[in-house]
Amino acid sequence: MTQYVLRRLLIAIPSLLGISVILFTVLALAPGDPFEELATNPAVPPDVRAALRASLGLDDPVHVRYFNWLFAMLRGDWGYSFVSRIDVDDLILQRLPTTLIVIGSSQILALMIALPVGVYAATRPYSIFDQIANTLAFIGFSLPTFFTGILFILFFSIYLDWLPFVYRSDIPGSGLPWFWEHVKQSIMPIAVLGLFQGAAWTRFVRSAVLDVIRLDYVTTARAKGLAERVITIKHVMRNALIPVVTLVALSMPAVFGGAIVTEQIFRVPGIGSLLITAILANDTPVIMAVTFVVSILVILFNLLADVLYGWLDPRISYR
Amino acid sequence: MTEDDLRQLIGRVKRGALSRRGFIRRMAAVGLTAPMATQLLAIAGAAPAASQSLPAYTPTQRGGGQLKILYWQASTLLNPHFATGTTNQDASRIFYEPLANWAPDGTLVPLLAAEIPSVENRTLAEDGRSVTWKLRRDVKWHDGEQFSADDVVFNWEYARNPATAAVSIGSYRDIEVRKVDDFTVRVEFARPTPFWADAFVATRGMLIPRHLFKDYVGGTSRDAPANLRPVGTGPYRFESFAPGDIVRGTANTSYYMPNRPFFDSMEIKGGGDAVSAARAVLQTGEYDYAWNLQVEDEILKRLEAANRGRVNVVEGGNIEFIMLNQTDPWNEVEGERASIKSTHPSLTDPAVREALSLLVDKKSIEDHIYGRGGPAASNFLNNPPRFRSENMKWEFSIAKANEILDRAGWARGRDGIRAKGNVRLRYVFQTSINAPRQKTQAVIKQAASRCGIDIELKSVTASVFFSSDVANPDTYTKFWSDIQMYTTTMTQADPQLFMNQYVSWEISSQENKWQGRNIVRWRNEEYDAAFRAAEGELDPVKRAALFIKMNDLVVGNHVVIPVVRRPLVSASLNTLVSPLSGWDSTIAFLYNWHRTA
Repeated sequence: MTQYVLRRLLIAIPSLLGISVILFTVLALAPGDPFEELATNPAVPPDVRAALRASLGLDDPVHVRYFNWLFAMLRGDWGYSFVSRIDVDDLILQRLPTTLIVIGSSQILALMIALPVGVYAATRPYSIFDQIANTLAFIGFSLPTFFTGILFILFFSIYLDWLPFVYRSDIPGSGLPWFWEHVKQSIMPIAVLGLFQGAAWTRFVRSAVLDVIRLDYVTTARAKGLAERVITIKHVMRNALIPVVTLVALSMPAVFGGAIVTEQIFRVPGIGSLLITAILANDTPVIMAVTFVVSILVILFNLLADVLYGWLDPRISYR
Repeated sequence: MTEDDLRQLIGRVKRGALSRRGFIRRMAAVGLTAPMATQLLAIAGAAPAASQSLPAYTPTQRGGGQLKILYWQASTLLNPHFATGTTNQDASRIFYEPLANWAPDGTLVPLLAAEIPSVENRTLAEDGRSVTWKLRRDVKWHDGEQFSADDVVFNWEYARNPATAAVSIGSYRDIEVRKVDDFTVRVEFARPTPFWADAFVATRGMLIPRHLFKDYVGGTSRDAPANLRPVGTGPYRFESFAPGDIVRGTANTSYYMPNRPFFDSMEIKGGGDAVSAARAVLQTGEYDYAWNLQVEDEILKRLEAANRGRVNVVEGGNIEFIMLNQTDPWNEVEGERASIKSTHPSLTDPAVREALSLLVDKKSIEDHIYGRGGPAASNFLNNPPRFRSENMKWEFSIAKANEILDRAGWARGRDGIRAKGNVRLRYVFQTSINAPRQKTQAVIKQAASRCGIDIELKSVTASVFFSSDVANPDTYTKFWSDIQMYTTTMTQADPQLFMNQYVSWEISSQENKWQGRNIVRWRNEEYDAAFRAAEGELDPVKRAALFIKMNDLVVGNHVVIPVVRRPLVSASLNTLVSPLSGWDSTIAFLYNWHRTA
């Protein structure tokens, strides 16, 4: 087991290096310039812009820039944002709490919907409940979040005037009113993301449970005279949820990566909106840092999912 | 109006027989811009003590609660010398102040300066070689330190050092700044400088404290802790800042102006998109003010119907215009496309240019595309609406265009496209991707096709089009197409920097890595001479006439076709009094912002 984990970790190193080379090359090939705004400003002489580029090392050849970045990263120096002129790790740490709260809550909401609805629908396949749940699930994951987001804003903020649609990370004040303000502004983004994710997971949970519920050991349990509730929870769910755990583990990097579109609509200052503004501003160090951290997390959680799988299902062995 | 008439008028202002406003209006009638007219008064010794174009500040006490401002682009840094782009300049302006602001009518309003320099007070040298600023004595930095001439001199030293990598270096490297006494500084110019109000004024002039930045000049500039925790002199003190998200300030209770600031705290939240920002002010009232709403006017009108807020339209000098390439973009000469050694086969024909200028239906473009955000323009140099050259008129007439082309010998071929010899009137018309621009392109293409001119439309992603990437063929500075359209901005109340876009030594070419400002690559000796003359002309009247002549030359020759002016459109709640100036930052007059009951 330890050997297996070690081997996987060692394999991860070349893949991470490969990822970083690809990311860096693509960014270097992409058009654009972090000092675009200076280019259209007549008050900034061209040589000032050129000096600025040189001072940030933008004029070096791509491979020199890549190795500079790589060695800095190995030393724990994440780089220096061209646009904000501060260290990238500060920038990311500032965004992390909001991202974790909003995206994390939406994943929890998604699980809270998907598990009970999926399991219940599977225990009564093709019943009215199942049909309705299925229809809603299809609607849920076919509507893109930018559409539901705007729909929610129009209905809850503008028509009903109940909820604010501009998310503020630092609401002044404390205590209950402060908490309530936070809840109020988080409802819409969490609901939009949670319902979308939940709809997809519901379908997945349902089919996983359906696969298991027809197996012989479940019939045996019924024959023993166990209560239906006990069968579902203790015998069916435990086995059915193994693939679901993998799925959830694999979606964890997304919690860090944020939700670009939804964050943009509700002005949530998360990692997703940091990434998109960095991309629009051609702020290479920030783009590199965020995408690289996400790729590390993807690889880590993949490993974690595999390990968890074996722990939950002892029939699987590692070699 | 002759020079004598003008001198008489100025005399009447000096004696008090004519109000300054009346003077500016008369100047407007002869095509002089407001900033020029007021600078004229300043040099002639009749400078206004304070601008008359700002709404009165009525509150008698502080405590106005919270002010919430929404920008759809977030600020990323708070050091004014590093501030690229409007959002960063505006965010820095909450805390930092310059010596003087530009008011909406183009006059200077003293802020950290005790008075605006003038010849009469002997603070403005008559030979145009120096300007002396007297500073307020009652200004304290937010940490309690006294503001003095040392701070002003320090800002010059800080910004002019190339290793600091300040974007404001352009305003500071060619001047000398001397401390006269603790509260007086003198700015000295190498050459007679008619436009002296650049360094230490408005956006480029925000002052940072010497005592916090003195150890961070040059290469260490990025390490200064105060880069992210500004300590300024402004109406609001720094509270918190999340780059790319929100900046917050609380009232500076020891501000040097009485009863100000009105609000207890203020914030600028960034991000999102312009339409929902407009919504948050006009429809839901969640925010007090939304910046730069480049949104279709119809949408704004619909949102305004909720009657919670209003749309502010503030005139500046920005203009959306079309350029007609004077060089050949399709064939290489000495390895360079659009080389200055080549000439465009058809666009160098004045008849073709005139015909094209008749094919731009500016009225429809204003009515159906831009609305209040884009009034039709007949001049390139557009200052506040009443103050522009009267000599240029625009017209939309397909019949006339046809007539001109027929007369010039451009005959329609079998396919309906005009040609002369083997030169056909087929053009590639490029612009950046932006809905109103694509609509405008379509309007022009349609009119041109009725005139036997075939236009192929090309749209380039804004981040490519406006980049200075030397390797990319689609940037606007390379202009490797026949026609292009974009907005050029006028960042100062003085047109000198703005009008250098057509001088021959600024031609954009491979040699200067396409960083020259003359992108249309037009050469005109008369224009060059007028510009050279204006650079050193100390008589404001003559200087103004030179700039009007330059405008008439470039527009009258149809090298560029002005389309619409682009005033700054924003939204405020009905209860918010938010003085804005087209010549300065949105935040410039924040100290006067207040709420009415």
